[in-house]
Amino acid sequence: MNGDGLVLECRDLRRAFGDLQAVDGVGFSIAEGETYGLLGPNGAGKTTSISMICGLLERDSGEVVIDGHPLTTKSVAEKRAVGYVPQDIAIYPDLSAKENLNFFARLYGLSGVERKKRVDEVLEIIGLADRANDRSEDFSGGMKRRLNIGIGLLHSPHLLILDEPTVGVDPQSRNAILESVENLSTEGMAVLYTTHYMEEAERLCNRVGIIDHGKIVAEGTRRELIELVGQRDRIRLRATGNIEAAAQATASMPGVYEAAARDDGLDVLVDNAADALTGILGTVAAAGVSVSSVDVDEPNLEAVFLHLTGRALRD
Amino acid sequence: MRTALLIARKDLSIRLRDKSAFIYGIIAPLGLAFIFSFVFNPIQNSTFSAEYVVVNQDGGPVGDQFVGVLEGLGDEYTIREVDSVDDAKKQVEVGSDAFAGEDEVKADAAFIIPAGFSEDLLSGDGGTITVVGAASSALSAQVAFSIADGFASGYDALNLAVSTAIPEGVEVDPQTRGMMFGEAAQVPAPLGLDDVSTATKQLDATTYMAAGMAVFFLFFTVSFGVSGLLEERRIGTMDRLFAAPINRNSIIMGKALTSFVLGIVSMSVLVVATSLLLDASWGNPVGVAMLVVAAVFSAMGILAIVAATAKTQEQAGSFQAIISLLLAFLGGTFFSISQAGGLLEKLSLITPHAWFLRGLGDLQGGEVSSVFPSVGALLAFGLVTGGIAWVFLQKAVQR
Ligand SMILES: Nc1ncnc2c1ncn2[C@@H]1O[C@H](COP(=O)(O)OP(=O)(O)O)[C@@H](O)[C@H]1O
Ligand SMILES: [Mg+2]
Repeated sequence: MNGDGLVLECRDLRRAFGDLQAVDGVGFSIAEGETYGLLGPNGAGKTTSISMICGLLERDSGEVVIDGHPLTTKSVAEKRAVGYVPQDIAIYPDLSAKENLNFFARLYGLSGVERKKRVDEVLEIIGLADRANDRSEDFSGGMKRRLNIGIGLLHSPHLLILDEPTVGVDPQSRNAILESVENLSTEGMAVLYTTHYMEEAERLCNRVGIIDHGKIVAEGTRRELIELVGQRDRIRLRATGNIEAAAQATASMPGVYEAAARDDGLDVLVDNAADALTGILGTVAAAGVSVSSVDVDEPNLEAVFLHLTGRALRD
Repeated sequence: MRTALLIARKDLSIRLRDKSAFIYGIIAPLGLAFIFSFVFNPIQNSTFSAEYVVVNQDGGPVGDQFVGVLEGLGDEYTIREVDSVDDAKKQVEVGSDAFAGEDEVKADAAFIIPAGFSEDLLSGDGGTITVVGAASSALSAQVAFSIADGFASGYDALNLAVSTAIPEGVEVDPQTRGMMFGEAAQVPAPLGLDDVSTATKQLDATTYMAAGMAVFFLFFTVSFGVSGLLEERRIGTMDRLFAAPINRNSIIMGKALTSFVLGIVSMSVLVVATSLLLDASWGNPVGVAMLVVAAVFSAMGILAIVAATAKTQEQAGSFQAIISLLLAFLGGTFFSISQAGGLLEKLSLITPHAWFLRGLGDLQGGEVSSVFPSVGALLAFGLVTGGIAWVFLQKAVQR
């Protein structure tokens, strides 16, 4: 670990396949304990970017620094700091879950008691302890996905890279996967998470880089990104009473951008719904209006992506 | 090296479970060696013998000489003289009849020397010996044709020699000419029957079959190791290996090691099994071991080129099958190419199969050192192909 606590720094990554510039100057950094999301549609260059970061794909240019050490395809020791979970399930179907884990544990230099202990731990984490000795070919899609992730966790890497780990997974398994990723980052692991699901990026990631056509078009926390494109939260109140008066009182509150009366209640546009909601409810109550329900419509990364690229994340 | 061992161990444990390596490496070659040894052994192993009947209506010197040649053929041949052509043909017919009784007189072929044969031949008109072969004794009948043919071509040469010995314009009476022929014929033995009898240093039929099958299937067994590269690519684990803290050459080494172990194990099992079950006699174990190791190397080299250049596992599979079949065919695995002679025999020397079989043949003499040329050729083949493969493989472990 270097002084500034950065686990990963990458700069100006570029890679072309023939005429296609798949990655065109990608760069970002991830700090210890941080989860960074790379959000972009299919074909944006996510997999190509992280393949270069893992040192499995040659890059045309750019630089990758892990824990302060440069990493290339030929690096050996530096790669120990990285755990990689490929987008497509990559396990040996003829081997059991345990054998798969044991092989990769050995490959990463774990041995003896330490290896046994860690393999058992990972089997627990991915919920396959009771199927440890079954051939992984016979596993369900969700189980294979979890094993695929488990292999990346084995050697407790400083940086865990997950490439769209929930694609094609049933909702229940998906939730389990998201939960374990949340747990990992609370343990201090840096996580690089790629996805084209904006809900996942919003839920998991401290910071998000929005990638399109091989370039990062915007980067920041969810809030920063939303503010960047000037989107505001909308609070919808279903209410009865003197709605006009309530709207006027609300409109003059700090942080409120607009308040409009409707037939069955009022709409309030604010910079940040979470901060403003309590105050607004107080003001409305003071104006003699009784509120029966509250709906908060926060602009999401989907809207940000649409704003930045003019296209939807999913086609 | 630790990583290579790790990868080889993983691959071998997978191969052990999926039965294909076992089938190609042991079951198929052993099964075929069994079947072939039962099908071909009665012909190849029993000693050759033939019964011929000859009708000499000539009474001249050349006819007598031909009968003399027949009688001098050796113990494998039984020669009977009969007077009538009909009797001779009858005996051949009986020889063709599978249901003929044991006590009936039968022949594999009849030679018929017509009346006036010597006179016609010596006066320069040429003569004809008729050979009638029994359909059911194809080999013996074929040999009979060869004998007559050899005799005739011997006479062509003599004819030429004699005619040049006689000055132009001088009339020589037939008797003198006959004497001259007789003298000339004493000197060379114009019949070449060498092709029929077997050469000295040869594998017996069973061992040849067993060794042929073993080396043929070796080229399939060994491919299960090196084509593992394509499999890792197909199932996506190659990317995991690339991202792991290992040297990429150890991936290649791991696959090579897998090939080597599969090849050695399969060959060893086959050598022991065919020795015990089929009475194959491979020869001095040290010599056999050297040949086996060298053959495995040679197979690894060429199959690694295929694995490194093929796009998919399926493609590699077809290439490997074609190359293995071609080399085995050229190398005399299915039938002995050395008897074909000429270009084919020379071509066979580019195949590891031919060198392996030749080495085993040489080993029958007993001297371990006699396998050195074959071992050298096999290792050279392995080194050249392995070197080419290494270059391609460097690209195969890059993305
Ligand atoms: N090996 C390759 N050969 C050619 N084109 C490729 C290769 N890998 C990726 N691409 C192309 O590069 C672009 C980016 O792909 P990728 O990084 O997989 O995107 P993402 O992971 O964001 O879906 C796509 O247009 C894809 O078709
Ligand atoms: Mg991808």
